[in-house]
Amino acid sequence: MRWTSRDLRSLGIGLAYLAPSLVLFAAFVFVPLAQTIYLSFFNTRSTGAISTFAGLDHYLELLTSPAFRTGLLATAIFALYTVPIGIALGLVLAVLLNQRLRAINVFRTMMSSTIAISAAVGALIWLLLFNPSLGLLNYVLSRVGIHGPEWLIQPTTAIIAVSITTIWLTLGTNIIVLLSGLQGVPEEIYEAARLDGARGLRMFTRITIPMVSPSLFFLFVVDTVAVLQAFTQIHVMTRGGPVDATRVLVYSIYQDAFQNFQFGFASSQAVILLVLVMGLTLIQFRFVERLVHYQ
Amino acid sequence: MRLSRVANYALLVVGSIIVAFPLLLALSYSLMSESEIATFPPPILPAAPNLDNYGTVFATIPIVRYLLNSFVVSSAVVVGQLLTASLAAYAFSFLVFRGRQLLFFLFLSTLMIPWEATIIPNYITIRTIGWLDTYQGLAVPFMATAFGTFLLRQAFMQIPRELWDAARIDGATTFRFLISTVIPLSRPALGTVAIYGFLSTYNQYFWPLLITNQTLMRTTQVGIAQLRFEETLRWGLVMAGVIMVAVPTLALLVLGQRQLIRGLTAGAVKG
Repeated sequence: MRWTSRDLRSLGIGLAYLAPSLVLFAAFVFVPLAQTIYLSFFNTRSTGAISTFAGLDHYLELLTSPAFRTGLLATAIFALYTVPIGIALGLVLAVLLNQRLRAINVFRTMMSSTIAISAAVGALIWLLLFNPSLGLLNYVLSRVGIHGPEWLIQPTTAIIAVSITTIWLTLGTNIIVLLSGLQGVPEEIYEAARLDGARGLRMFTRITIPMVSPSLFFLFVVDTVAVLQAFTQIHVMTRGGPVDATRVLVYSIYQDAFQNFQFGFASSQAVILLVLVMGLTLIQFRFVERLVHYQ
Repeated sequence: MRLSRVANYALLVVGSIIVAFPLLLALSYSLMSESEIATFPPPILPAAPNLDNYGTVFATIPIVRYLLNSFVVSSAVVVGQLLTASLAAYAFSFLVFRGRQLLFFLFLSTLMIPWEATIIPNYITIRTIGWLDTYQGLAVPFMATAFGTFLLRQAFMQIPRELWDAARIDGATTFRFLISTVIPLSRPALGTVAIYGFLSTYNQYFWPLLITNQTLMRTTQVGIAQLRFEETLRWGLVMAGVIMVAVPTLALLVLGQRQLIRGLTAGAVKG
């Protein structure tokens, strides 16, 4: 393929329109990405300047470091507690909201309201709810005979508290995505299933769930990526504690880089984060591609 | 049949109250005195609602400045994103040039890169060029958006090609067609990008926490979270702050719900 002067001209015009975005992406995404990978092979001074070549040392340290293993485990537990329950809850509420009833929009707005709530605001409110003496949660539990734990003091309950907060924060998004998925299911399919005698739970498992599976899969990826990136609620509620129980991957990057000033070591963890998120998103892209193909 | 309708409404009411409960409780606590909050059993509604906590917020932290900072930064990001994304989306929908596909994939690839994975070099860059504690440091890194470009490209491609052909015959320049035809016809999509950009910038926490040290340069989210780390936690004060910070985003939700939903579902609906 030879380049004519017209080709060059049209490419020049195209690039001129893309230039503002390209410059910003280069400065704040692509170059920093390369720098992160580069930094992960070096030791750094507390200023961030490179001191000595470390080779694969940081990665080897990650392999053997118990703190890193605990952190990955905390991240996995966090995702396990948050993602499936958040999606299931979202689906139940979306089915409830997918009815032709008067004033349904009021309920839709109320239930999806958490999309507008920031993680900092949500975390502060739940901090009060989880408070052992002032919080309503333990009071309600005590009324049904359960002695509520000191949620944020014990490692096992701290991660549960952060997970509950996160489920609440993502609920609005989950409901909106699933509701629009449900609204895309043609009425005739339900009609046909009804004629075949499907009702209630059977209808739900055989028709509803398969029909919204693209939305479910989309949320599975998006919510997992969001959990991998979660920082705010942990910083506000637990600061990674108690005894590192909520020191998830991003929090560990934050502490190692900006409190311990080990930029090289923190960068190697950022590379791990990158690989995890890229892997998940690539799966998503391929899935969507296949779906479009089959239609 | 009647009974099931009543049951449905009952479920909807209970569900809505549970989901909205934390927010309603924050509002209620913001109207209570500190001593009332400390009573047992924990109260739900204030005995004597008053706005004292809001007054204390104004007196304790520079909340007006925080709100101003957040509005300046979020608006700057919105303007920047609308500019960069419309230009790019225009190139990806109306202009024909070699390498267009490749460049589009380059844009999409940024969606796979989590901001936290690049935060260390970005922090070092911002510090090196002296942008710590500045509006440009808070806003400029977020002024390009692959998601917004993608959304606008979809909208631009809905515009009939005949308009483009007609404009060319009339002798309109490429840029003129963008300004006089494409932009006015794509207002809903531009609205989605704007609301999305505003909300996500306004609600940011990690980046402003890192690059602002001066109290007066803090954004709302970082500013109110600081209240949690004071020696004596005053819950009424914190909740009043929470409400003040959440009101703008809740207003945006009510006003721009349709645009917001379009944005959220753009990725989920096939294709």
